[in-house]
Amino acid sequence: MNKHLRLSTTSLSVLAVALAAALATLVDAALRFDSEALARRNRAALAETLQLSDLSLFTEARYTRHPALADLHSAFQDHPAALDHFPSAAWMPPTRWHEKQP
Amino acid sequence: MNHFFARHLYLVDFTVASLGRRRGRNLGLFAVYVLLVFVLASVSLMTHGLRREAQAILESSPEIVVQRMIAGRNDPVPTGAVAAITGIRGVRAVQGRLWGYYYDAGMRANYTLMVPPDRPVESGAVVIGGGIARLRQLDTGDIVHFMAPDGRIVRFTVSGTLDSASELVSADLVLMNEGDFRAFFGFPADRFTDVVASVRNPREVGTVASKIALALPEARVVTRADMLRTYEALFDWRGGMVAVVLSGAVLAFVILAWDKAAGLSADERREIGVLKAIGWETSDVIAVKFWEGALVSLLAFLAGYVLAYGHVFYFSGALFEPALKGWAILYPRFRLVPEINGQQVATIFFFTVVPYTLATIFPIWRAATIDPDTVMR
Repeated sequence: MNKHLRLSTTSLSVLAVALAAALATLVDAALRFDSEALARRNRAALAETLQLSDLSLFTEARYTRHPALADLHSAFQDHPAALDHFPSAAWMPPTRWHEKQP
Repeated sequence: MNHFFARHLYLVDFTVASLGRRRGRNLGLFAVYVLLVFVLASVSLMTHGLRREAQAILESSPEIVVQRMIAGRNDPVPTGAVAAITGIRGVRAVQGRLWGYYYDAGMRANYTLMVPPDRPVESGAVVIGGGIARLRQLDTGDIVHFMAPDGRIVRFTVSGTLDSASELVSADLVLMNEGDFRAFFGFPADRFTDVVASVRNPREVGTVASKIALALPEARVVTRADMLRTYEALFDWRGGMVAVVLSGAVLAFVILAWDKAAGLSADERREIGVLKAIGWETSDVIAVKFWEGALVSLLAFLAGYVLAYGHVFYFSGALFEPALKGWAILYPRFRLVPEINGQQVATIFFFTVVPYTLATIFPIWRAATIDPDTVMR
């Protein structure tokens, strides 16, 4: 028996370990799903009780805090030609009100 | 069959040894490749997680929100609008909402102050979101002062904090009593911030919304479907944060793949010449390069994806926090529900592994089909 492993054995083993780790993420996701989904249901229940309409992800301006309720002139809040000055607005596309009607 | 496997195992042996001869260059390439997959997969998993979060939460949001617009700006809605909307056929319940923004100059943070509809808060007390509690180091029983728009300093007692697991929707909330809210902002007694309505038959939401718009011409009606569409657009791969990150990352990868495809180094050409001169077939040379491309790209893809999974679902996408936070001081702490979208993973796989493998094989095919003598010269 060879004392040294063949390069193909080593490299394919590393690949198999990486594949196993990737598959393990699926198992991990399945195991954590129930508890995390319960927390999400609680968030949804709070949103329902408080009649919330938006995520509190970007709190810097009213039209990033509540994009669903921002006025039609977002992101030209200050005057019609004013460009947006908050970084999070670079992450958000303009609201597609022209696609409003299904 | 055994011969087939044995042949390919020898080819893999040769490929790995060949990669080892240019260790520095290949490790650098591998690191860039892992980083690229990591960034793309992190963005993809995070936006998918946030989109699912928004969908789940907005499914419980008000069916219809009615705002009043004056000169393109939101204006408080007269309380009479509640009666006008209630009279519309198909409307089940109507409720005026009171909420607004407060800028905390000391902390330079924006809070959302609101009157909870079905959760009474005592006069002089507030219930705060987890983000504010963390920022101001407040707990139940503590005193907090807010400066009213007229310059008065108003004192509130923190009567509770919202569950920290709900920060994604409540990090910046301050819940208070209606009397306190109106007194604090000097909000007229005959006005609401906006009005929410629920509809008896969910299929009639569009019709009811149109009727409200007809009855109240100055109103802007936002339905739950509009809210969902806003968040779809925000976390859609065609726009928003995914597009911002994708454009840079994909461009970098195109440069990388182009550099690889544009030509072989003199060493590589000589190596191919020697292999062909000692009797290797063109198909053997291509098989070696296929294994090179497949091993590097598969390993980089798997490593990048596993790291991205940990980053998003165990560290809440911490590397994106500075970008998402922007100028905001308050940023929610949240854990996304680990849901893996097979289509997104397949898309990243297709856009990273396939082009790289092809880019590895194509120049080799050109070099391997010409005469060894010419290649070695």
